[in-house]
Amino acid sequence: MMKHTVVAVAALLAAIAPAAARDLTVVSWGGVFQDAQREVYFDPFREETGIPLAEDSWDGGIGVLRTKIEAGDANNWDVVEVEAEEEALGCEEGLFEVIDPALVGGVDQYIEGSVTECGVPANIAAIVAAYDGAVFPEGPQSWADVFDTAKYPGKRAFRSGPKMNLEFALMADGVAPADVYTVLSTPEGVDRAFAKLDSIKDDIVWWTSGNQPMQLLGSGEVAFTTTYNGRVAAANLENSRDFRIMWEGGALNVDSWVILRGSPNKDNAIKLLDFLGRADRQVEWPSKLGYGVGNVEAQAQLPAELAETLPTSPEHLEAGIKIDANFWIRNIDALNERFASWSSQ
Amino acid sequence: MTIDSAAMRSNIVGLALIAPLVIFLAFTFLVPLGRMLVLSVSDTELAAIMPRSVIALASWDGETLPDEEAFAAVAADLAAAREDRTAGTAARRLGYASAEWRTVLSSTARSLPDDASSITNWQDTLVSIEPAWGQAKIWHALAEARGPFTDIHVLTALGMDGGPDSGLYVNVLVRTFVIAISATAICLLLAMPAAYLLSSVSGPLAGLLMLTLLLPLWTSVLVRSTSWLVILQKNGILNQILMALRITNAPLDLIYNRTGVLIALTHVLLPYAVLPLYAAMKSLPKSQMQASRSLGGGPLSGFFRVYLPQVLPGLSAGGLMVFILALGYYITPLLLGGQGDQMLPFYIAYNTLQALNWGLAASLAGGLLIVTVILYLLYVRLVGVERVRV
Repeated sequence: MMKHTVVAVAALLAAIAPAAARDLTVVSWGGVFQDAQREVYFDPFREETGIPLAEDSWDGGIGVLRTKIEAGDANNWDVVEVEAEEEALGCEEGLFEVIDPALVGGVDQYIEGSVTECGVPANIAAIVAAYDGAVFPEGPQSWADVFDTAKYPGKRAFRSGPKMNLEFALMADGVAPADVYTVLSTPEGVDRAFAKLDSIKDDIVWWTSGNQPMQLLGSGEVAFTTTYNGRVAAANLENSRDFRIMWEGGALNVDSWVILRGSPNKDNAIKLLDFLGRADRQVEWPSKLGYGVGNVEAQAQLPAELAETLPTSPEHLEAGIKIDANFWIRNIDALNERFASWSSQ
Repeated sequence: MTIDSAAMRSNIVGLALIAPLVIFLAFTFLVPLGRMLVLSVSDTELAAIMPRSVIALASWDGETLPDEEAFAAVAADLAAAREDRTAGTAARRLGYASAEWRTVLSSTARSLPDDASSITNWQDTLVSIEPAWGQAKIWHALAEARGPFTDIHVLTALGMDGGPDSGLYVNVLVRTFVIAISATAICLLLAMPAAYLLSSVSGPLAGLLMLTLLLPLWTSVLVRSTSWLVILQKNGILNQILMALRITNAPLDLIYNRTGVLIALTHVLLPYAVLPLYAAMKSLPKSQMQASRSLGGGPLSGFFRVYLPQVLPGLSAGGLMVFILALGYYITPLLLGGQGDQMLPFYIAYNTLQALNWGLAASLAGGLLIVTVILYLLYVRLVGVERVRV
């Protein structure tokens, strides 16, 4: 009897104690995006290496990563896909492991400048405006149209947070794409962007997770939404809709893979990053959702008709802006605070 | 064995029996609660990362700019912090006073020269990196952040920090109470007839009614809130019915605003109002209303003078329960409200998980706790704790 009790207690303790030997955990952006990654990257990794790989998803935010590191042993994430300024800030704050590029395929394997101290490129996406072609056959031509609720009645869905709203607001207010970050770097520019957002505040629905924009658009809740470009094609394919993208003024964003500091699975995490960066994996990625890749060789192998639909095509690069990570490194915390305060009023 | 020692023994046995509960509560409730309250005033982050600066500023008069020694100390601390990758934490702490200090500190740490040996004048170096170092304001912020205790979070929570956005959390607290009180009022209004019906029927119908009341209670809050999202959305079931019946021409805005929050909150919390009322009504003999009638009281006077006073304990218990639960609701406003309908728990979660300002989160949680306790005590004083029966 006693023995049984001891065994039971030990089993209970083992169950509630933080699992020391937990599986390698990769964290991405959920929904159709992560489904596609599973197909192209995660499942083949499991198959080829036999290393157990657990998954989680998140909605971004440097604070979440800070909290994870603050949690110490309770942190259950290893490899995370982060946005550019999260990569830079987190690396500076010691949230991530420094990665030796030689172990993940070498610097030359990737687009110039995309490998950083703590990150390797994961995905190249554009944040764009999307609309339902069945409702607006013409569609908006610019951010000014997106912000024009008289011309295009209905609500708009924007991503909750200052990033990729302030930029769009300035362009809607007549700032040329090339000058967006110059204007935004002045206090008056920030005021101007918030004022523009304020002008349609009652018509904005805020989304947090990448799955929401297409749901909001699909249910007719909103007329326009900002979204990652790949979600549009996925929604069209899945539900045979006619959602369309406005590439004009879209914001190009390079996500990176990072390894959280103190990961007990660092060796396997490096193996995963090496696998994720391989040309034979990356070449399969763009056809899934229409996102770009960081592997130079994979990019060269893409068929021309596919390459020109990607955010990285010359035409789309010309129409849009590139997210200025340096601006956001400097300002994300202050603007997050201001955004939280403004949006709750 | 004397009676006394027998009583004592049974007391000890009794205590031993509840000991696990007491210990459990102490470790899972009192200790974390105490730590949270301490967290709201403790302030040790900056001193741990910038010890030289804290020492150098101890002798500063606060009037003019500090001396070269203080500039050198800040530079040395920030260089070391950059090396240890802790500059971000120091910057975050300084940013609580004003967001701009955060930027100044982290960009200074980023831009300090790698080779410090050639630098003779640290004042010029720092001012050339960030002009803010040439003004006394940031030095005051540094001196105030030396710890070990601070009132900054409590002041921010009370809207007394003097910043441009001060008053945010007071507004949020007022909003939280307005939503909780509205939801409580609607719940009680709906619960009265529902509980009356439940208490007056019998047989299989009573069982069925009870089941319909309890079924939602057994369903996850998340599922219930999401279901409302489906029902209330622009092209949702409700709007389609309303438009088909020509009650409205254009779809009504029922979600991402206060309406959606109140509808879902009422639905989620209704059983907590009905059940105590039901218990009170069930225990009230029907003959009393008949007696009131035979003594010449009309239906209204009977209701107000005989019925209501006797179900009041149930009513107030239900109301209190709904109100306190509503104060802490997070997921329902998050899913169905706009940014202007988020309640205090949302900001506690935001500061805990996103902004990583645990001191402020603790202050907000402490404030919510204190206000709730005060209301409860007020209630007990007015209604009497013995009248709260479930």
